[in-house]
Amino acid sequence: MASPTNTKRLIPWFAAALVLAAIVAAWSWKSGDTEAVLGRTVRAAAPLILGGLCGLIGERSGIVNIGIEGQMLISAFAGFMASSYTAGMGTLASLVIGILAGMIAAALTGTFMGWCAISLKMDQIIAGTVVNIFAAGFTSYAFIQGRTQPTYPQWSVPVLADLPIVGKVFSQGPLTYVAFVVVIIVQFALFRSRWGLRTRAVGEHPSAADTVGIDVLRLRYVNMTIAGSLAGIAGMLLLQSASVFNRGMTNGIGFIALAVMLFGRYRPFGVLLGGLVLGFFNGLQAQLQFRQAFDIPPQFFGMIPFVFTIAVLAFAGVSARPPAAAGVPYEKE
Amino acid sequence: MKQRQWDALRLPLIAVALGLLVGCILIVLAGNNPATAYWALVKGSLSGVTELGRTLDKATPLVMGGLAVAVAFKAGLFNIGGQGQLLLGAAVAAYFGFRFSMPTVIHLPLAMAMGGLAAGLLGWLVGVLKATRGTHEVITTIMLNFVAANLTDWLTSRDGPWKDPESGAIARTPLVNESAEIPRLGGLPTGFLVAVLAAGICWWVFEKTNFGFEVRTTGLNPKAARYAGIKTQRIIVTTMVMSAFLAGVGGAIETQGVAGRFQPGFNTGLGFDGITIALLARTNPLAVVPAALLIGAMDAGSTLMQAEADVAPEIISVIQASILFFIAAPSVVRFIVRMRSDAATDDDMRLSSGWGA
Repeated sequence: MASPTNTKRLIPWFAAALVLAAIVAAWSWKSGDTEAVLGRTVRAAAPLILGGLCGLIGERSGIVNIGIEGQMLISAFAGFMASSYTAGMGTLASLVIGILAGMIAAALTGTFMGWCAISLKMDQIIAGTVVNIFAAGFTSYAFIQGRTQPTYPQWSVPVLADLPIVGKVFSQGPLTYVAFVVVIIVQFALFRSRWGLRTRAVGEHPSAADTVGIDVLRLRYVNMTIAGSLAGIAGMLLLQSASVFNRGMTNGIGFIALAVMLFGRYRPFGVLLGGLVLGFFNGLQAQLQFRQAFDIPPQFFGMIPFVFTIAVLAFAGVSARPPAAAGVPYEKE
Repeated sequence: MKQRQWDALRLPLIAVALGLLVGCILIVLAGNNPATAYWALVKGSLSGVTELGRTLDKATPLVMGGLAVAVAFKAGLFNIGGQGQLLLGAAVAAYFGFRFSMPTVIHLPLAMAMGGLAAGLLGWLVGVLKATRGTHEVITTIMLNFVAANLTDWLTSRDGPWKDPESGAIARTPLVNESAEIPRLGGLPTGFLVAVLAAGICWWVFEKTNFGFEVRTTGLNPKAARYAGIKTQRIIVTTMVMSAFLAGVGGAIETQGVAGRFQPGFNTGLGFDGITIALLARTNPLAVVPAALLIGAMDAGSTLMQAEADVAPEIISVIQASILFFIAAPSVVRFIVRMRSDAATDDDMRLSSGWGA
């Protein structure tokens, strides 16, 4: 007979098997819709994952970041403007310049939030709110209607994209693949590298980290900037789907990303899972709306991700323990 | 004026001035004339009874939204859900306004209270989740903003139960009955007086009563409050309900006193304005009124500013974000204006306590 700990260890595998069985069952019932939902799941998960990682890196180093929504919006705006003005240089060059511009803009916003939190010792939730209000206002103020930018290509992975069931998963815009590579890199960097050890130390016990010679403030600045560049990719992912900037186009994704971070219990692979789960609800919602499968008003489908997020936090979020120093400005003794 | 009062006023005033300066720079960068723009802002908000009425119209839900945030701050809670609570309050008040007809003395306050209660229900959910499950209110209130937006959208949509049957493709409720309308006195809205009254009541409740003391103690140090025998969980739920109720009444006043009906998408962004106002007022309920008047005047004048100076009204949000930044960063203000450090400007606000508790 299995001991309680062993049984507990089996739960994720059971869950995975159940999910797989459900996917196969759904596919044999409605193959086209199932494939479309899976494809949409991955597409919707990517910005949530990168946004969640942005929050995670900040919080792991001791800074609460609720400005992800604003960072993503600023990135999408900067990226769109850059791509739009360089459209004459050819599609590839213009897109690359756009991506870099978006990442730099969001990274600088991260540095700004770092400055607020670290040097000014401003309340971090207010700092994030400042960024959110500023981003919504500024991007609307400065946006010029009617501009266009080149559209992103779709990249299909050879062989995999032709598979049944999961085929659509492997036919995405280039940045979507980046998201899934980044989450693996962050997982290993956080738990297997010197940077990761130092980051976790700074977030849990900054004065001890200081004692062993880690420059707490500098590392927090660096991490807020790196995290910002990830939110920047997240913003560019929205642009990749929409191909054009819209006022307020983040539409809450930056906040849902925060919930994904909590769902993932401050672990990159947890964020990956959380992003996929919420992405699935997003994909399901979009597909049901698209097919008008039931006689249910679309607004109710629109609520699903938000209601689900609250439910997840109410039932699963409690056990997540935030890094001990998150939200507290560091003062050298 | 006494020295202490002057000290407490100085930082907000300088923050507003610096915020306007940031706006000025952006206007210049966009190639427009800031003097024309700001003059139009003043003209559009203050130059006559109509303009003044519009300022008060805009300021009324802002007072309520500001109070909602300020009151929650007292208990250490951050209510970013003012937007959703306001929408729900506005929609429910509209329903009670158009669906029933009864004498004004009952109808008017009833519709208003129902709007407040519907919003209070949202606040109750947030409070209970926070108190029993430790779910952070920042996340739940934001999520409920989207839920409320979708819900009210549906109520007035093509197949929605509260849609005006005569409005064709436009999503909105019918006009509320006259008996639920908040009257205007010589072009000026009396709803504003209700908001001022609410500010007075909040000040009294949170500064002068035992309950208010318990709330503030919970906000300052929940552990000490619990040790002193204060039922902090109950305080959190009650405060959150009151906060949401205030925002809901703000929406109800908007419906019954300004718009006459509920229409989705009106005054978006109000929840965030409430944060700026509450912090500008340093969470003092009485100071919320002038802070809301300032922001309300900017909103009211922004249409004329666009017409006369070709400056997009969204610049107001940028100015507000800047004001909020300077308010929260007294050290920057001191650096810029070489202000002496003192106690009145240094008691900064602390909200971040991690997501867990």
